[in-house]
Amino acid sequence: MIRFEDVSVTYDGASEPTVQGIDFEVPEGELVLLVGPSGVGKSTVLGAVGGLVPHFTGGTLRGRVTVAGRDTRTHKPRELADVVGTVGQDPLSHFVTDSVEDELAYGMESLGLPPAVMRRRVEETLDLLGLAPLRDRPLATLSGGQQQRVAIGSVLTPHPEVLVLDEPTSALDPAAAEEVLAVLQRLVHDLGTTVLMAEHRLERVIQYADQVALLPAPGAPLRVGTPAEMMAVSPVYPPVVDLGRLAGWTPLPLTVRDARRRAGDLRERLAVHVPTDNAPAAADGGTAPPGPPAPDHESETGGAGGNPGTPRRRRAFRNRSTPQAAPNLADVTALSVRRAHVQALRHIDLTITPGETIALMGRNGAGKSTLLNTLVGLVAPSAGTVQVGGAEPHRITPRDLVRRVGLVPQEPRDLLYADTVAAECRAADTDAHAAPGTCRALVTDLLPGVTDDTHPRDLSEGQRLALALAVVLTARPPLLLLDEPTRGLDYAAKARLVRLLGELAAAGHAIMLATHDVELAAELAHRVILLAEGEVIADGPATDVITSSPSFAPQVSKILAPQRWLTVAEVRKALS
Amino acid sequence: MPRSSSVRSESLHPGAWWLWALSLGIAATRTTNPLLLALLVVVSAYVVATCRRPTPWSRSYTAFLRLALAVLLVRLLFAVVLGSPIPGTHVLVTLPELPLPDWSQGIRLGGRLTAEALVFALYDGLKLATLLVCVGAANALANPHRLLKSLPGALYELGVAVVVALTFAPHLIADVQRLRAARRLRGRPDTGIRGLLQVGLPVLEGALERSVALAAAMDARGYGRTAEVPPRVRRTTTALTLGGLLGVCAGTYGLLTAEGGTYGVPVLLAGLAAALAGLRLGGRRTPRTRYRPDLWTTRSLLVAGSGAAVAAAMFLASVADPVALHPGVVPLVAPVLPLWPAAAVLVGLLPAFLAPAPKEPSS
Repeated sequence: MIRFEDVSVTYDGASEPTVQGIDFEVPEGELVLLVGPSGVGKSTVLGAVGGLVPHFTGGTLRGRVTVAGRDTRTHKPRELADVVGTVGQDPLSHFVTDSVEDELAYGMESLGLPPAVMRRRVEETLDLLGLAPLRDRPLATLSGGQQQRVAIGSVLTPHPEVLVLDEPTSALDPAAAEEVLAVLQRLVHDLGTTVLMAEHRLERVIQYADQVALLPAPGAPLRVGTPAEMMAVSPVYPPVVDLGRLAGWTPLPLTVRDARRRAGDLRERLAVHVPTDNAPAAADGGTAPPGPPAPDHESETGGAGGNPGTPRRRRAFRNRSTPQAAPNLADVTALSVRRAHVQALRHIDLTITPGETIALMGRNGAGKSTLLNTLVGLVAPSAGTVQVGGAEPHRITPRDLVRRVGLVPQEPRDLLYADTVAAECRAADTDAHAAPGTCRALVTDLLPGVTDDTHPRDLSEGQRLALALAVVLTARPPLLLLDEPTRGLDYAAKARLVRLLGELAAAGHAIMLATHDVELAAELAHRVILLAEGEVIADGPATDVITSSPSFAPQVSKILAPQRWLTVAEVRKALS
Repeated sequence: MPRSSSVRSESLHPGAWWLWALSLGIAATRTTNPLLLALLVVVSAYVVATCRRPTPWSRSYTAFLRLALAVLLVRLLFAVVLGSPIPGTHVLVTLPELPLPDWSQGIRLGGRLTAEALVFALYDGLKLATLLVCVGAANALANPHRLLKSLPGALYELGVAVVVALTFAPHLIADVQRLRAARRLRGRPDTGIRGLLQVGLPVLEGALERSVALAAAMDARGYGRTAEVPPRVRRTTTALTLGGLLGVCAGTYGLLTAEGGTYGVPVLLAGLAAALAGLRLGGRRTPRTRYRPDLWTTRSLLVAGSGAAVAAAMFLASVADPVALHPGVVPLVAPVLPLWPAAAVLVGLLPAFLAPAPKEPSS
């Protein structure tokens, strides 16, 4: 259905081809997953299917791409619109009209389908994607998962034979991601649609793939094979594969179910190593959050610095009695926030103490971002009080604020204004009244190898996040907030982030991160707060909260239950 | 498949709302009677209150109300500060007058302020404010996007450009808010003009990126596909459109010059007809079809008709009884509500009974 024949793409002004030697075929009715670290040209390969590369992006495409027998060299994207449906990373930038129903019809209108056919297909698609109750809603009022489903629906209505998806679930909470993936599964099974998809969060999608196309490194040739074969050699892999590799299982299990069936041995071997550092947490599980850890004891983290695979710092905070005297960094009492007739937060009580790492989880729209914004004073409370570092954040000047609390927003680019990294750092030093060079030193620490004259726009997602983090840290805020830090990060970038945040926590910073990424929460957080409809529905030690919920449990904990292991790193350490 | 099922029965044609609202606005221009004008405002406001749906554009009504109020106040302010040519005897207050040089004759700053001048300005401003409120009603009731969808096929590209621009404005505002918030996170002041200016460039960059992404998405979804048309049809289209436009120009010229009274109207009409035929024929190049187009149903026609009836009645009344519609200012008399024109204005309430918004909350 899709055939790449020795394709290479060179963008204008680039000296090297972005991808080369791409030669593979996607048979009809298969779901093929395109896998690889950031920056290997996955989006370029996807764009080439719909003809957007090179017709829209510019550059030179050598070789040949054919879709359903049509050569993209001679067919423009609009002439492929009836066979290829493309959905990009951001559904909002995909929408042309303003309401759900019109959006679903737009592609068919362009193709000139008769009104009766359009009507029937819109109704079918509304049902298929579960969008019927939303048909008249303006697109801007939908949640992320709903928007992603509408975007998929809008390319489905012309009945394309091929569906191309770039990171369809990256921005979604676990439940919404399941929704979208269930729909894809149904399309492949019931309608025989061919799907080519790229996704960083492999733990969500690998089980649905018929084949995996692997781009191991920039410029490396593409390899195609069964998911198990490819996962055995891939530089990016989900925790279940990591555990499988650790335990030496062949063929590698790709689903929690497969892994569980073979995990009997492993569980036995692990039974003697009860996860020691989780034990205290489990013991006082019934009570409220574990006592505030003190910001010392960095030395105890042991192998963390030397071994990138085992970022373990939790130990440092758990094995000690809790000094109650430590002052709270933030106190939230009876906080309610109402915005535009929506009750965003209801009666939230919360304290944050130095050195603890809190994961804030919940579905899209549960109020996570609102809570973070309230803590930095971007949103004023409608009722209740917020105290951060002894002041009400919405009443103090920005200059005072940055010394108490720092927030890295969902889109780190929002924080960056300057043309070069050096200028950005100078501005950050001035803003924070820090000694000149403070920010640059942080950047060198977080981003080794980034030169002064790099434009922030040219950095990868992960590097940009690190730069924004350095800018925020220049003011040395004791409380650091991050909103969805792992969106668009591959496993390597995530591991670096985990290491970095762990070191900050060990140095006494309190960290609170809003995230959908259960694996990240499992690796980092001491404490997990679950939000639903603006209310705190669970607040407790990470082990207790996330293992007790099927949608928030990380893969390792599902595989090794009832033993309470959260990450592969813990298991690896216990076995060594 | 029955025809009716491919039409959204519950919503009125957006053109009907615009005709209704503009007719009320035209009616407002025929009178300066404050009671009649107030009645027009009340009628349109009542219809908006009962018929508008919870949509983003329906919130613009409040903005139009504020604008109307501002216009009224500015008109009064001008009357106070700049004086007014209305002769009057009831001096309310005498402001210090600013002596102006000779060349600015006819302009006066300050001076006597008479009750007559103030009342005249009030009536005049009220007329303008009513017109604005009526336009606001149209904005609140009719979906601007659906109105653009009713354009003929040949103008489709133009319509899309406007729709995209319309959806971009809210995005742009959201971007500005987000980036100003980000300034606070950097420890810079997030209020004031300087803060706004400094986020200008990133906002524009973001808008540019978004438009490129949208253009790619539209292209990938078949925007701009063209159908093959025989060269004969293409040539006829060009001839009709160009000829029609020439005819419109010539006709307008004829209408406006003294000696062209005889040929003006027919040439204008012929030109219009030719241009419209050209547009219709040009639509053949785009193979687009329309999903659930808005049709002129009986209800739509009645809504538009009710507005037209108000305008027509007001025209008739302004001819039959000009005094009642323009209450005297010199000498000052209390305005009275003329019975028949007032009853006619009430016809404009018809849409409130024909197309009330559904009661259930849309969630």
